Amino acid sequence: MVTREQELVRTVVYKHPEALEDVQTHYCPGCTHGIAHRLIAEVVDELGIQDRTISVSPVGCAVFAYEYFDLDGVEAAHGRAPAMATGLKRVWPDRVVFTYQGDGDLAAIGTAEIMHAAARGENITVIFINNAIYGMTGGQMAPTSLPGQRTKSSPMGRDVKIAGYPLRMSELLADMDGAAYVVRRSLHSVREIRKAKKAIRTAFMTQISGLGFSMVELLSSCPTNWGFSPPDALKWVEENMVPYYPLGDYKVIEAVKALE
Amino acid sequence: MSAELMKGNVAIAEAAVRAGLEAYFGYPITPQTELLEHLSKRMVELERVFVQAESEVAAINMVYGAACAGARVMTSSSGPGISLMQEGLSYIAASEVPCVVVDMMRGGPGLGNIQPSQGDYFQVTRSAGHGDYHPIVLAPASVQEAIDLTFEAFDLADKYRHLVFVVGDGLIGQMMEPAVMPEMRPIRPRPDWAVSGKDGREKHIITSINLGAERNEAANLRIQDRIRVIRENEQRSLEWNIEDARILVVGFGTAGRVALSSVKMAREAGLPVGLFRPITLWPFPEKRLAEIVDGGIQAILVVEMNAGQMIDDVRLVVGHDVPVSHYGRLGGAVPLPDDVLHEIEKIAANIGLTATAMAG
Amino acid sequence: MATGTIVINEARCKGCTLCTTVCPKGIIEMAEGRVNQKGYIPAVLVDPENQCTGCAICAVICPDVCITVYRDIPAAKLQPATA
Repeated sequence: MVTREQELVRTVVYKHPEALEDVQTHYCPGCTHGIAHRLIAEVVDELGIQDRTISVSPVGCAVFAYEYFDLDGVEAAHGRAPAMATGLKRVWPDRVVFTYQGDGDLAAIGTAEIMHAAARGENITVIFINNAIYGMTGGQMAPTSLPGQRTKSSPMGRDVKIAGYPLRMSELLADMDGAAYVVRRSLHSVREIRKAKKAIRTAFMTQISGLGFSMVELLSSCPTNWGFSPPDALKWVEENMVPYYPLGDYKVIEAVKALE
Repeated sequence: MSAELMKGNVAIAEAAVRAGLEAYFGYPITPQTELLEHLSKRMVELERVFVQAESEVAAINMVYGAACAGARVMTSSSGPGISLMQEGLSYIAASEVPCVVVDMMRGGPGLGNIQPSQGDYFQVTRSAGHGDYHPIVLAPASVQEAIDLTFEAFDLADKYRHLVFVVGDGLIGQMMEPAVMPEMRPIRPRPDWAVSGKDGREKHIITSINLGAERNEAANLRIQDRIRVIRENEQRSLEWNIEDARILVVGFGTAGRVALSSVKMAREAGLPVGLFRPITLWPFPEKRLAEIVDGGIQAILVVEMNAGQMIDDVRLVVGHDVPVSHYGRLGGAVPLPDDVLHEIEKIAANIGLTATAMAG
Repeated sequence: MATGTIVINEARCKGCTLCTTVCPKGIIEMAEGRVNQKGYIPAVLVDPENQCTGCAICAVICPDVCITVYRDIPAAKLQPATA
């Protein structure tokens, strides 16, 4: 006989996060921006910081990220998000300020701003979406595009003699004394997405604990501009991007280890 | 309150502090670096925010962030740095967040030199970077004026949610004059429209992007309406010896100050000359200028340390009614009173006035 | 073995098929012969034998947050009722 205590109740175990607006996004089918946005919103909900978080949107496909987060938000000029975040955080030190940036934003035009925000140990969190291409403008080569990768502005494949080599931002920033937590994760599988969420949470905790600069680089897909189906695009991330951009922890100061 | 000897750049910095400056983000550039250095000490002393950014590009974007948070915020630079800031200024203008920017102009274009000039007039009055806009532009000619106008700039910025420039030149920044500093004002509370975390209210978004023609046009028209109000209400100028003037000298900042000496010398020699010195370069004091010109001016001499920029605004007011000529020094050279006097005398001769004859 | 179910918000689904590639029971399929209002072929749960365990793996990969996941939980394990 089934007792009252053993009686099964059909219960919601996963639903749309509060910190994400209940609207359809403009992102392409299978675009991992949707996953990244969702993970950030889940972390904001879990940490209970919706009422004191401010987002800084980039220029890129995520230019309207502020429409999708149910948070106060501002729009930065291309690459300038870490500088805007610096201004915001310095005058609102008890708020949580995060930037959300793509590869053009962070690794091309914004290289000075991200390096110096990390060097200053700005107490902000950066979510870096690395999909090895410029999505919004239609698929041109990015500073993170791989050697040999075909893009709209490297139609014969990226030629390192003309275009040089990709930037590995996590490795570069890990070198900064002001950086407290710099890690690279991926969104190409359920297992990796779960690890990515943990990293995002640790990054926000780093900021909340006042420990310094935090960044989570997320290897992401761009099915439309790569010319793949969404599942094949995730495979491409795993087979081609992960070897060039190894996943792992590049900087984790002792105080952050205690948070994990 | 007793007057103290102060350096222009330091006085401007301290005036901003007294006005309730909460955050300063800047970068060294001659001839305004003393402003940054003074604030690097004062802001830290007062536990306010100071960051020396990695570039003027970064500085103006830090200003943008702090302005979105509703803080009283300022940066300062010179021509080459203001050029770098054009993108950030355009975003600030479109987002309708208040801030104050100090431009201590130097010889240009390009890297130019570090001597004083007024070569950024077009740049600061015509727009804020790309797109339709006019910042409010205040032009002091002395250390005291620099203090008073900087102190007031923040209130103007808040009143209109507008970008306000205080423009001087290397001379004003470097010179030392006795001046009186206002009392320290408390930091004002953050305005309701700021981003701060959506605590019990709908979210606030501050952005400069408006997709769709109608939407962007509506946003622009809102700004233009405000610009119309500013233009109607905030024109300012000073004037000397206007009553019976037949020749009008127009100059701002240091050029206006030098021209005043020339006008006084001309008056002593019996020439009916007056000086009109705009305080607001934008909104240009067109109403007062038109009134003065209507009162019997026969010729105008515009004196500026550039190739002729404010002269365009004078011509827009005056039209073809009165001949307008320009006397300027370029590339960092400062006009001398005798040189301006010489120009006044040439004009007087051209219109039939001599040093010993008094007009009608 | 746990049991549960999912509800897919068809109007939001963009037919990316990622959920179909990760479901451990293989019980999510793309709809046949129809599209949603935006013209996407939505994903649908096809679970006649009640195999869904409410594992939520589909929800982890869904970029459009279309999936609400339910699990059948013993009453004793439930939190006291909260808002």
